[in-house]
Amino acid sequence: MVWWDVPAVLWSRRTWLAVAGLLAGAVLWLVPVVLVSAMVGVGELVGAEHPVPGLGGSPEVGGAVGAVAPLAVALPVLLALTFRFTLWHEARLRLLGADLAPPAARPTGMPRRRWLARQAVSSATWRQVRYHALGGAFLALAGALVLAGAVFGPGFVVAAALSGKGSLLHRSPIAALGVAMAVAAGWLARGAGALDLALARRLLQPPPAELLARRVASLSASRVAAVEAADAERRRIERDLHDGTQQRLVSLAMNLGMTRAALAGADPAVRAAVAAAHDEAKQALAELRDLIRGLHPAVLDELGLDAALSGIAARSPVPVRLVVDLRRRPPAAIEAVAYFVVSEALSNVAKHAAATRADVVVREQTDGLTLAVDDDGRGGADPVRGTGLRGLRQRVESVDGTLSIASPAGGPTSILVTLPCG
Amino acid sequence: MRVVLAEDSVLLRDGLSRLFASRDCPVVAAVGDADALLRAVGEHRPDLLVADVRMPPGYADEGLRAAIQVRRQWPEVGVLVLSQYVEERYATKLLTGETSRLGYLLKDRVADVDDFVAAARRIAGGGTVFDPEVVSQLLVRRTDPLDRLTPREHDVLALMAEGRSNAGIAGALVVSESAVAKHVNSIFAKLGLTPADSDHRRVLAVLRFLGG
Repeated sequence: MVWWDVPAVLWSRRTWLAVAGLLAGAVLWLVPVVLVSAMVGVGELVGAEHPVPGLGGSPEVGGAVGAVAPLAVALPVLLALTFRFTLWHEARLRLLGADLAPPAARPTGMPRRRWLARQAVSSATWRQVRYHALGGAFLALAGALVLAGAVFGPGFVVAAALSGKGSLLHRSPIAALGVAMAVAAGWLARGAGALDLALARRLLQPPPAELLARRVASLSASRVAAVEAADAERRRIERDLHDGTQQRLVSLAMNLGMTRAALAGADPAVRAAVAAAHDEAKQALAELRDLIRGLHPAVLDELGLDAALSGIAARSPVPVRLVVDLRRRPPAAIEAVAYFVVSEALSNVAKHAAATRADVVVREQTDGLTLAVDDDGRGGADPVRGTGLRGLRQRVESVDGTLSIASPAGGPTSILVTLPCG
Repeated sequence: MRVVLAEDSVLLRDGLSRLFASRDCPVVAAVGDADALLRAVGEHRPDLLVADVRMPPGYADEGLRAAIQVRRQWPEVGVLVLSQYVEERYATKLLTGETSRLGYLLKDRVADVDDFVAAARRIAGGGTVFDPEVVSQLLVRRTDPLDRLTPREHDVLALMAEGRSNAGIAGALVVSESAVAKHVNSIFAKLGLTPADSDHRRVLAVLRFLGG
């Protein structure tokens, strides 16, 4: 780069963008300031001419009251608009290539009014007010200086060149000043742009802890959505099987049963074949029923946890005593997790524990429910080794529940699960 | 035996119609929703109503509720409720009141056609048929009613489980036979067993004693 390249490089696209950004920022700041000043000015004039009765009636008092009155209206409005102005500033800075985190969105389901009320008292809002007060004044000042340099600098050069007065030597300092102003305006624009961005990062961007909290909130929301989507999908498959395949299979098994009965006097080979088909159809029906139960039992949706659990307990080969003490129905996702925990735990008891009995107790707590499955088996259940127990823990944790297992070798085993119903 | 069928799956309805027809049980009406069920039963007064629990329009327990209404309105009609799953709460709803001419079976049981038709005939003839799965669910009821029995009632139940008659129990406990009968009734009440079929209740009470 040689020296005469300086203006070209300095007044590159980046500089023009910086100037545009400064000017846009200045306008964003000036508009409310000018509006409020105008209101205050007009209010003061009107107040001075119409003295307030009972306050002595002097023009000074009337003017002061007139000036404060619009301010009292304008300030809350401005405060309410702070969020909107911040969005505009952030959009402006993003156009300039700044990578700002998007503003926190209103959580789905929260009423607009409550969201605004919460925003008004949040630390983020006060940071924004600081940005608009400090950064706005700075932007207006820097914008004015840059504009002056960019307009008057070349103006001086042109004036010096065109002016017939004085010698060239006499006029050249003015031209030199013009060039210097134009160049300086470029530096200033870039510097001010960088400072603007730094201010925005410092004041508009939430601190890392808040960004992290926001991220956690959005991750938990998407996890809840994923869990709900999986549950909905299970329900859909269950319904399809229930209304379609299962009915068809029942009908098939019944028809085969009728055929089998009608073939009493037929060839033994034919009878055997039909009997085998009938048995297999019944077997398929039983397997399909188990499959549907594992997916999402209809009884859980229709009659709730209590009914669904008494079904599992009744089918358990190990005798189960069941206590379900719930005054109201938990959310569907929690019901589903509780159902699968008991189902899986009882099948573990039947498979591995060599127990003679099991107790299942579900109780309501202030902020959720607890679920205990105890058996008198040989113990030694290890969540690190068994995929079943690990799966259980994952399901419980998918809804922010906790699972603890006490299972010393020699027994007994007890599983305690807490599930939130928030 | 004249039968009214209420089942919303056309496939199953046709299959059941053929099954009953082939066993000399004319199906006088085969309908697909709960309102039509009530109309058909009112019109034909069959010996047996076979009703699905889940039915249009809500696909909840419309069929079950219609069946209960049939029992109230036309007690001479036998009612067999079929369900995709058996649930003690449905059974309990059905069991309030008279328990004769009543059945509640898992839908899958129709595959064993002979057993199924035999059960249907038993119900129409005044009997009670409950799916084994319902009975086992009744045995794991959440709060253990056995805890509510007095020590003396506990002794009576224990002797009942040994297969003794009221007279035998009275002899063993050295009390009068009427006192034993009083204890037995109290046991039935505490275990929530309805007074319809006393032999059945005795077995259920004992089963519960052994299971608990």
